[in-house]
Amino acid sequence: MRTRPRTLRLRGLLRKESLQILRDPSSLAIAFVLPVFLLLLFGYGVSLDSKHVPIGLVIEQPSAEAASFVGAFRQSVYFVPRLYPSLQDGRAALRNHDVNGIVVLDGDFAQRLKGDRDAPIQVVVSGTDANSARLLEGYVQGVWSSWLQREAQARRIPLPVAVEPVIRIWFNPELASRNYLVPGLLVVNMTLVGALLTALVFAREWERGTLEALMVTPVTIEEILIGKLLPYFVLGMGGMVLSVIMALFLFEVPMRGSFWVLAVCSTLFLLAALGMGLLISIVTRNQFVAGMIAILATFLPAFLLSGFLFDIGSMPPLVQAITHIVAARYFVAILQSLFLAGDIWTLILPNAAALALMAAFFLGLSRRLLRKRLE
Amino acid sequence: MPVCPLRALDVHKSFSAGARSLCALDGVSLELRPGVVTGLIGPDGAGKTTFMRLAAGLLVPDAGRIQVLGLDASADSLAVQSRIGYMPQRFGLYEDLSVRENLDLYADLQGVSVAERPARHERLMEMTGLGPFGTRLAGQLSGGMKQKLGLACTLVNPPHLLLLDEPTVGVDPVSRRELWAIVDRLVAEEGMSLLLSTAYLDEAQRCADVVLIHQGRVIDQGPPARFSAPLRGRTFHVTGAPDGRRRLQARLAARPGVLDAVLQGDAVRVVMAEGIQPAADASEESVRWEPVEPRFADGFVALLSQGRDRIALPEIAAVSRASGDAIVTEGLTRRFGDFVAVDRLSVAVHAGEVFGLLGANGAGKTTTFRMLCGLLPPSEGRARVAGVDLRHAPAEARARIGYMSQRFSLYTNLSATQNLDFFARAYGLRGARARDRVAWALDAFGLAQLAGAESGSLPLGYKQRLAMAAALMHEPDILFLDEPTSGVDPLARREFWSRINALAEGGVTVLVTTHFMEEAEYCDRLAVMAAGEVLALGTPAEIKARAATPEVPRPDLEQAFITLIEAHA
Repeated sequence: MRTRPRTLRLRGLLRKESLQILRDPSSLAIAFVLPVFLLLLFGYGVSLDSKHVPIGLVIEQPSAEAASFVGAFRQSVYFVPRLYPSLQDGRAALRNHDVNGIVVLDGDFAQRLKGDRDAPIQVVVSGTDANSARLLEGYVQGVWSSWLQREAQARRIPLPVAVEPVIRIWFNPELASRNYLVPGLLVVNMTLVGALLTALVFAREWERGTLEALMVTPVTIEEILIGKLLPYFVLGMGGMVLSVIMALFLFEVPMRGSFWVLAVCSTLFLLAALGMGLLISIVTRNQFVAGMIAILATFLPAFLLSGFLFDIGSMPPLVQAITHIVAARYFVAILQSLFLAGDIWTLILPNAAALALMAAFFLGLSRRLLRKRLE
Repeated sequence: MPVCPLRALDVHKSFSAGARSLCALDGVSLELRPGVVTGLIGPDGAGKTTFMRLAAGLLVPDAGRIQVLGLDASADSLAVQSRIGYMPQRFGLYEDLSVRENLDLYADLQGVSVAERPARHERLMEMTGLGPFGTRLAGQLSGGMKQKLGLACTLVNPPHLLLLDEPTVGVDPVSRRELWAIVDRLVAEEGMSLLLSTAYLDEAQRCADVVLIHQGRVIDQGPPARFSAPLRGRTFHVTGAPDGRRRLQARLAARPGVLDAVLQGDAVRVVMAEGIQPAADASEESVRWEPVEPRFADGFVALLSQGRDRIALPEIAAVSRASGDAIVTEGLTRRFGDFVAVDRLSVAVHAGEVFGLLGANGAGKTTTFRMLCGLLPPSEGRARVAGVDLRHAPAEARARIGYMSQRFSLYTNLSATQNLDFFARAYGLRGARARDRVAWALDAFGLAQLAGAESGSLPLGYKQRLAMAAALMHEPDILFLDEPTSGVDPLARREFWSRINALAEGGVTVLVTTHFMEEAEYCDRLAVMAAGEVLALGTPAEIKARAATPEVPRPDLEQAFITLIEAHA
């Protein structure tokens, strides 16, 4: 039986690529070890929620009211209060970064409260991190108002504020950042394998001259491309499956959509990432430059501009416009809805279409630019 | 009548690099005879690789046509590529695949049917001697074995035409001889046509036809004898000068009517211009002129030197200012992990000597250099350079040495003057002294006219002069030259060596690495290295004498090298 030359060539290329992947520890590390590391880091280490924030309470004149106020802070999960007898001590603590903010109760706090006069408190927040400062401000207000409420009930004094907002949070009731960080990480992981690893290994073929030798064989450009893409596609999907398993079973992220939609959308995104990786290496033909460009053009945007860490809606209009050319953005939107909400077709279909378009564009352009010529 | 394997008609090709356009081929026409080896011979930058790539259909000519086996190489490139074998200069072996897996890949790509494979494999393994290494990873093969595996990969489907781009560069002489044996068998047993490019002029003699290419043009083509025959009766060995061979060579080279004068062992090899009698003005009685057979290289140099200006050579200083040993090493060893790059090197290099390290790529030459320059600490052993122990005062030793590395290591976007200024300052020269030295360098190396040009745009020969000038800014006692002449044409190489000679006569100790046998002859003494070990140490004549056998009573340096390696193994 004679195998057709085309099949023979493709088989040869696929076998070569697979052997290289299996023998190169760095490929396997990027595909499997790095995703696990990132998942563990983001799942356990990084949290965008503020909890157990050290805060200084300046009590100039101890009193029953002041003690009850301190108790309110002690009960809150958000704060670890520390007491200071004077404003000077409180300020010093803030300056030394021992606390992230101070709350000052004046010496006449108890009298003013009893005397039905205004009993203002002073809140000083460290603004070195604007985000945490705003969170802290909100939390302090929350503790303050609920304490006031309880005081008012205890003394049967009507509260000046009558409206009480009742807030319900959908999709992520505990507001656990892990629930949206972990699905977002899948995007980062697939970008690593799809774009960065592929750009590096293909640029390496240019650098080592292996491609020049390949080109002077009857092999066609399509065969070279498929021989390169297929193994890395399998590798990328393998990393994806591993990450999903970790997300569901280790981090107990909910999965409210269907798995087949996840598989289809991952395929589309991986193809777009592979296309970008190929394009970068075809244009640069140099491992170092290809690596730098892949990091700048795919990996960092997947982190910063995809809506994975930072909400796209709160970016400046220009940056929002730029996010439209970041493939990761569409995939993050799909993943967050699949994991946290379900198969929301009005959301999934347009984003999947954008991914398909980008995959077709990058792969098509790579095919056009890669010729069996060295010019 | 068989089809002509390769025919080129007025082929032009230029490349644009930024704003500049570089003409690689300027109207090349040539024709290959079927069933023989044709050598494409010329220095680096002559256009050999460009021509090979055009023939393989990897580049498209700007003008002109290349026909390969009757097909147009650029229009029908896929058809051409399934009929030819092409081995690029650095054959892209997959280093993390084994010998067998590399061969299988190329068998798959070339469409060799599964039934034909075992017989073909066996034949290739037998031909290349790679049989015992089938499961070894290609990355763990020696340089010579890699070349042979690359060659085997292009042969899995016997091609009608085989293009080999500098297959022997940087390969040790034993592997080089084995590669040639394979090439000869392919021609004899399979009737293959070969085009083989090389920068080694001595390989021309092994080709049936030679195409001489220089600066993108074919200078001449024909059997190798055609190049050397006209020189019959014009080539001589000159010996017996009372003041040493080097001064004799300098005098001879300056004499009108002498086309070429190079050192060869104890003698000076001289090529006379047509119709000029050598002995006519030989004023010294002791000097003997002995006629010798012309070689291909003589013909090449004679051809090139026509119409080229005589190079102004530096004066040789009258006094020698050095004595004693400039470099002494004892048991110098360098290991990288398990790999021993240099194994117990013990040599003493005398002041004012030109000392050569001869060996293939990977023999340990560059590692030795780096240790002696204080750039790499030795794993074991001691080295004294210019009287200073490297372990205690590497910086002090470095102030007294100059180093010129294998690659052009100056700033390509600075001018020659700016580079020289920088190096003067880096060596701590200031004020009037720095100005004097820069002026000296521009003058002595003939760089004055090009002083303002960006050094990256200079021709290779000028870059080399500039690099050497930079290494000499602080008047070092010892000069290290790491493969200084790779890539320059034979004339530029001669000029370069005349400068080295002048320096040595002036008392500077010169250490030079090379893999050109011809260049090794220029050295006073040599250390022949292989796999980190010194196989032999002595003058070129001593080393040749040591390797003399009843079969080869007067070996040349390459034969001597091969005998030494085989005796060692």
